[in-house]
Amino acid sequence: MTIGSIPLRFKVEIDPELCMLCGRCVENCSYGVYRMEGDKIRVNSRNCVACHRCTAFCPRDAISIYEKPTDYRSHPVWTREIREAVFNQAKTGKIILAGMGNVLPYPMIFDRLLLDACQVTNPSIDPLREPMELRTYIGKKPIALSLKEYPNGDADLLTKLSPNLQIETPIMIGHMSYGAISLPAQQALAKAVSRIGTFMGTGEGGLHESLYPYQKNIIVQVASGRFGVDINYLERGAAIEIKIGQGAKPGIGGHLPGEKVCADVSCTRMIPEGSDAISPAPHHDIYSIEDLKQLVRSLKEATEWKKPVFVKIAAVHNAAAIAAGIARSSADAVVIDGFRGGTGAAPVVFRDHVGIPIEAAVASVDAKLRQQGIRNEVSIIASGGIRQSADVAKVICLGADAVYIGTSALVAMGCRVCGTCNRGQCAWGIATQKPELTKRLDPETNAVQVENLIHGWTLELAELMGAAGINSIESLRGNRDRLRGYMLDEGLLNVLDVKTMGA
Amino acid sequence: MKVTTVTIDAKDLHYTPLNQRIRKAIAEGATKIVINNVLGQRFIGDGLRGDGVEITVNGVPGGDLAMFMSGPTIIVHGNADHAPGNTMDKGRVIIHGSAGDAVAHSMRGGCIYVRDNIGYRGGIHMKQYMEKRPIVVVGGSARAFLGEYMAGGLLIVLGLGGATPISEQGVGSGIHGGEIFVRGKVDDLCLGVGAKQMPVTDEQRAMIKPIIEDFAKCYGIDPAPLIASEFTRIAAASARPFASKYTWE
Amino acid sequence: MCGIIGVIDKRRQCMDGSSIRNSLAMMDERGNGEGAGYVAYGIYPDFADSYALHVFFDNVHENKPVLDKELERWGSVIHDEEIPTYASRIKKVHTPWRYFFKPDPGLAPERNTSADDLIMHIVMSANSAPNGILIFSSGKNLGVFKASGWPEEVADLYRIQDYKGYLWLGHNRYPTNTAGWWGGAHPFNLLGWSVVHNGEITSYGTNQRYIESYGYKCTMFTDTEVVAYLIDLLVRKHGLSEKMAVRALAPPFWNEIDRMPAKEQELNRAIRLTYGSALMNGPFAICVANEHALVGFTDRIKLRPLVSGEHGDRLYISSEEAAIRRIEPHIRDVHMPKAGEPVIGRVIA
Repeated sequence: MTIGSIPLRFKVEIDPELCMLCGRCVENCSYGVYRMEGDKIRVNSRNCVACHRCTAFCPRDAISIYEKPTDYRSHPVWTREIREAVFNQAKTGKIILAGMGNVLPYPMIFDRLLLDACQVTNPSIDPLREPMELRTYIGKKPIALSLKEYPNGDADLLTKLSPNLQIETPIMIGHMSYGAISLPAQQALAKAVSRIGTFMGTGEGGLHESLYPYQKNIIVQVASGRFGVDINYLERGAAIEIKIGQGAKPGIGGHLPGEKVCADVSCTRMIPEGSDAISPAPHHDIYSIEDLKQLVRSLKEATEWKKPVFVKIAAVHNAAAIAAGIARSSADAVVIDGFRGGTGAAPVVFRDHVGIPIEAAVASVDAKLRQQGIRNEVSIIASGGIRQSADVAKVICLGADAVYIGTSALVAMGCRVCGTCNRGQCAWGIATQKPELTKRLDPETNAVQVENLIHGWTLELAELMGAAGINSIESLRGNRDRLRGYMLDEGLLNVLDVKTMGA
Repeated sequence: MKVTTVTIDAKDLHYTPLNQRIRKAIAEGATKIVINNVLGQRFIGDGLRGDGVEITVNGVPGGDLAMFMSGPTIIVHGNADHAPGNTMDKGRVIIHGSAGDAVAHSMRGGCIYVRDNIGYRGGIHMKQYMEKRPIVVVGGSARAFLGEYMAGGLLIVLGLGGATPISEQGVGSGIHGGEIFVRGKVDDLCLGVGAKQMPVTDEQRAMIKPIIEDFAKCYGIDPAPLIASEFTRIAAASARPFASKYTWE
Repeated sequence: MCGIIGVIDKRRQCMDGSSIRNSLAMMDERGNGEGAGYVAYGIYPDFADSYALHVFFDNVHENKPVLDKELERWGSVIHDEEIPTYASRIKKVHTPWRYFFKPDPGLAPERNTSADDLIMHIVMSANSAPNGILIFSSGKNLGVFKASGWPEEVADLYRIQDYKGYLWLGHNRYPTNTAGWWGGAHPFNLLGWSVVHNGEITSYGTNQRYIESYGYKCTMFTDTEVVAYLIDLLVRKHGLSEKMAVRALAPPFWNEIDRMPAKEQELNRAIRLTYGSALMNGPFAICVANEHALVGFTDRIKLRPLVSGEHGDRLYISSEEAAIRRIEPHIRDVHMPKAGEPVIGRVIA
């Protein structure tokens, strides 16, 4: 073995002065870092993934975790990560998988967009004391209304509206499957969305029966693997989402490692226990855009046209053209997942190198749909690295109707983004199916945490809107004039249809 | 006391020379000033002092009447425009007509009576401290956001002549001090953020009685049926209505 | 700030522009001398069937032949002349011209183009090209008169007292975002619609992009332009009444809609869902007119003043009561309309 051992990723140290030998770290770490030996706690730093379960439970703050304790000679081209990836593949000859979203330091467009506020020439609106409307409807809208108006002022509505989802905040929780995350995690998300008045997605792992009480707030997903898809499932969803792609891995299908396929997952998905669930890349009944239209219509026929049908795509180079095709396929919303989207498991090469940022994708999709006079046909839902209320405001200005959050909802439940979801060892009970770990996640307390997160962002969004002199979110949508670019190049500013700051 | 009356014809007169004439008259000892043919002049009586001075405005004054005023009485025979009594400190404004939006904005003392109706955001951010307590009485109705962000003072709306005193949203939105008395009932849906309504106590009734009597006297109306009516009182649910929205980093 | 005034005589009795001039001048505090304008309906009875195109030429000798040629492509010019102007403190940076034009829809590239659509196409393409041509009025038997200056100066420039119309709008401008230029003054007009506006449209970025996906082009660097186009789209093209169009632009709040009876709730929800991108945010008081009606409305939380009153056959709408009384001293009741709800005066027969 000529490569030998690679340096520790993290070094764990316990301060003996502070440690009271309560053993909570030993009990909590699911990665095998700690071992009680007599009156000492033995540490095996090599196993640490910095999930912070131990530090979160240490009553004395006795634990310190240091990243990259051993230095490489630094090199801007041959980074540590690159060198270690080469070691990995030299040893294994395989595709490297990881969890969570893109780790490469591509510039963050959100952080180069500035929001506007009103002064003097027009006033802000007070979000504390005056009404602020964040209610959003997701679905197909008519291009015009046909009314029969009477002289006394009454009117009959003749146009029939397509079904829409009503959400009280433009923040929804995206699709994280049962399998990728644990059942208690899904239950926490379900409780949270039903209390807030928004929606969550099932992901491609089917809908567990313990979530049936929340089905009015759940969007069911139909992915290429068609896991758990039967008429009962389709009828229970408030809406149906066809997953064509995912931002973390455009062009390939879902990947659930066998470690996470326990008995229950096996039952819900109808696959053997312990086998990897690697969904095929395409839906094998969709090879072109007209096939997608057929799938959309088949779902609508099967559910009597009562539910909106969404289509989720990864943000790729021709996202605008694809979205225009989706808008003409009878679908009610297009979900665009940017290249920073999270995942339970994806090949690193896809996660980090394939796809485009959500900011650019939403801007160009919105512009193209408007240009073709079909913007009303679909709502745009943006996802992929939405981290804070400012990102929500900015992506709505760029043209989105609403967002899906993924990683942030998990972080609200304790996730530290250690990125080892694929291993199924999650010490927080989120990205695992091991009963001894999943029981750690109390659905009720975590529901409150997720609800708090969405509530806090919603309050901030209301303040941002008020400061911009806007009291209905319809007036923020696609309003590029309320953004300015901070040292973005002209080409990108043109794509975003945003001016540069000072202009 | 010698009462000197000065009459000013404001026809085609810009507000600056008009105000200069008013100040000149006061400086020369006038205690009654009558201004005729007022049509849209703004800023009448702004920043004026003179506790014994009474100014009568015949016509329709423009915006910001009696702004920063501290002492005189202004009687208007006509409708007032935007924000009469804006940041007013002391004195009286008696309007025989209606008024526009933002009546008594940031008012700190004195009193304003409006015989008919007022517009939006009446009494917004009124304040008080110790005995300095502004009073606004509206004979007719008030539009949305009455008493928004109220920190002190007294607002009374009477709904005379069959008018519904309050029927729009946001009454007392953000109120954290002061009180609003409305004759009749107010739908809970009209209450703003942090405002709550409650029945009026006998003590509170006794407090508003002389004010209603004074108001009625100015317009020659009988106060008795007003004083005998049911009132509801709207005040702050807490001194910190927005405490639940903020947290530290 | 800006000041606005509108008056309609419901029996089409014409009045000359002198009282509007004086009324607008009352509101000089609201402007800053960087723009003012008037529109009058019924002023060209001899050419009532032609479209009266009012144009600014930067350089009449260079630019006019281009427009002449363009108009000949699409119809016939019945008569054209310079709009008479008189000595005034305003420096003439454009030459104002008027054409009485009859379009021939049969010449349009697309079949079933209406005369209005053809005129709209002519206006949009002329105004978006860098050709020194700005068509700022394009209705029948109506005309906009505007320039950069105080209302009295603009009135004197055109001798507004020489025109007699049954419906007038006037505007005294205080520009917020761009320097005053003739094209930026109000009223904005497209076909039969004219708009004057006090305020700022914070939703402009959204409204503009929405309206441009229907073929309109915003070329005047002023947010008000978008209101004229939105009204044209909703009323002329989509067939909504003015009342419903205002409902789309200044809709009730969701919490009000939630409390409405079912049928009304469904209607209002449908309006907001369909026309969400037309919703106008920001403080505004607007008067819109066409040959049949005068409509005034404010934003939903009443951030700008607006009052209205009737006297005899006339409806008056303005930013200030004093401005109305300047024209009609005997008017009895002046009211404040409810936030977001239109005041409408219609021609009788």
